[in-house]
Amino acid sequence: MNNDILIQVKNLTKHFPITRGAIIQRQVGAVQAVDKVTFTIRKGETLGLVGESGCGKTTTGRTILQLYRPTAGEVFFRGIELAKLKGKQLRRARRNMQMVFQDPYASLNPRMNIGNIIAEPLEVHKIGDRQERRERVQELLRLVGLSPHFLTRYPHEFSGGQRQRVGIARALALQPEFIVLDEPISALDVSIQAQVVNLLAQLQQTFGLTYLFIAHDLSMVRHISDRTAVMYLGKIIELATRNELYGHPLHPYTQALLSAVPIPDPIRERKRQRIILEGDVPSPANPPRGCRFRPRCPSIQDLCKQKDPEWREVAADHWVACALYN
Amino acid sequence: MAQRVLEVNNLVTCFKTNEGTVHAVNGISFYVEEGETLGIVGESGCGKSVSMLSVLNLLPQPPANVSADSIRFQDTELTKASKGEMRNIRGSKIAMIFQDPLTSLNPVLTMGFQIMEPLRLHLGMSEEEARNRAGELLHLVGIPEPHDRLSDYPHQFSGGMRQRAMIAMALTCNPPLVIADEPTTALDVTIQAQIVDLVKRLRDKFGMSLIWITHDLGVVAGLADRVNVMYAGFVVETAPINDVYMVPRHPYTAALLRSLPRIDGSQEEQLESIDGMPPELLELPPGCPFAPRCAFTKDICRQQNPHLKEINPEHWIACWVDITTGKVR
Repeated sequence: MNNDILIQVKNLTKHFPITRGAIIQRQVGAVQAVDKVTFTIRKGETLGLVGESGCGKTTTGRTILQLYRPTAGEVFFRGIELAKLKGKQLRRARRNMQMVFQDPYASLNPRMNIGNIIAEPLEVHKIGDRQERRERVQELLRLVGLSPHFLTRYPHEFSGGQRQRVGIARALALQPEFIVLDEPISALDVSIQAQVVNLLAQLQQTFGLTYLFIAHDLSMVRHISDRTAVMYLGKIIELATRNELYGHPLHPYTQALLSAVPIPDPIRERKRQRIILEGDVPSPANPPRGCRFRPRCPSIQDLCKQKDPEWREVAADHWVACALYN
Repeated sequence: MAQRVLEVNNLVTCFKTNEGTVHAVNGISFYVEEGETLGIVGESGCGKSVSMLSVLNLLPQPPANVSADSIRFQDTELTKASKGEMRNIRGSKIAMIFQDPLTSLNPVLTMGFQIMEPLRLHLGMSEEEARNRAGELLHLVGIPEPHDRLSDYPHQFSGGMRQRAMIAMALTCNPPLVIADEPTTALDVTIQAQIVDLVKRLRDKFGMSLIWITHDLGVVAGLADRVNVMYAGFVVETAPINDVYMVPRHPYTAALLRSLPRIDGSQEEQLESIDGMPPELLELPPGCPFAPRCAFTKDICRQQNPHLKEINPEHWIACWVDITTGKVR
């Protein structure tokens, strides 16, 4: 595997203020959506980012792309600090980073035809003339497995899977190096999911793309990613190569999460031992002190209450934040 | 042979719309035995939920139009039941757990009021008795400090707790049959595991029959005794759980299973995808509804829709082709 680092995220933090008062707004707290996460994404790899709803996966993806400005921390893209870029420079940098959104029904403008939707990034970046853009759009449609004649059609004429292909074509328009895929298949039916995942894998091979694949479907992430990171309540708690993470999960939360995923195999499924977690995820506006997983953790230590566990590399390429491995 | 709690014959449901008639359920027959768990799997729009709502007579007619040769529940023929009889059966004999607990609970009534309602209505309990029983039920489904939580409103419960409360409500009258319509789809996996675990425990404790509707083939694998696979308003395969997963005989079931990635990494390197999309229910193709996407399609598949045939004991499929040989049966 190529070990060039494309994206480096250091102590990335995104807090959303909670305000009170209609005219004079005072900040009374903060939703700690993402809190001091550190990881790298290598050129040409797919990093899977999994976790339950509200754990900060999407916010992490958006903050990397500077769609949200980070509260603290740094994001380097090829060594350039993105958080420091503004205006023109940021726009230029964004040509290399694109996003595919979760909901293919909400992420396409219903009043624009498919041709204009896919050509919009080209227009924004003033690439090519009308004719060239049109040809490029047709080429992109073919790439994602749609007919070039769909150019003049509107989003409502398409199924969810086809719309997601349009979203992928739009993300590819500027020939980016890096794409954040934010739950690109979770709104799709089972038989369509495999179509889109196979398309993404094939595009990655053809263009040498680097993906951050955000999902809550752990089985799909296992299938598509090279390395996988697990988030819980705004923190990345474990990161390892795919086989290592799924084969030897270290963090008690990862272990519980993996054991909770059902296998479509009745014989194995009936024999499985589940780790059933008690309770619910606490609110990110008021996370527990010490380790954030502490209130639900089956193997809690004294240390967990006092301080946040360190983010450590406990084996080659296997990172975990848990007092059990300090 | 075990007693059949529910037996449905030739159920047809369609909806009249401005664009034409939507054929949601196209003549399906199925049954549930006493104490048995039947899984119904299929993708969105395949008629899983609509068929259950039709059985319970919960669809507004019109626009819906429901007909069936017979729908037998225990000793009652539901197609002939009066409104009053149906109301009695719903809730006390057949309970339903819905997909989204937030939209199926009334936001302006307390949880206590909503759980007590069926107790007072169906069992004629007094306020006092109902309150005590409601607290017991919440305790049964694992909600901490249940008696205090009765005065809470639905928004004060988390998603998992709301679904637990829905389950408590479904169990109020000890119904012989519970229909769960994608009860874990809106929940996270760890919460899903909690709920599945809870339902299994309660099912074994009360010995009720269960119909579990889902699009997740994984959840059903650990829960059901028998599975119906639905596609475009038809039951295309029905068999005991192990047969469906180990020796699927309908091309749709087989392809669907191969298109799933597995958490234990036991699938092929490349996921097999099913080309195309499910058919438009406004105008179904004349032959087999899966024919346009099927890898085994023969001439006959495009002309005639196959009926369910028993190919092995208790293993029924609706397909012209034997997928082990690729030839017409």
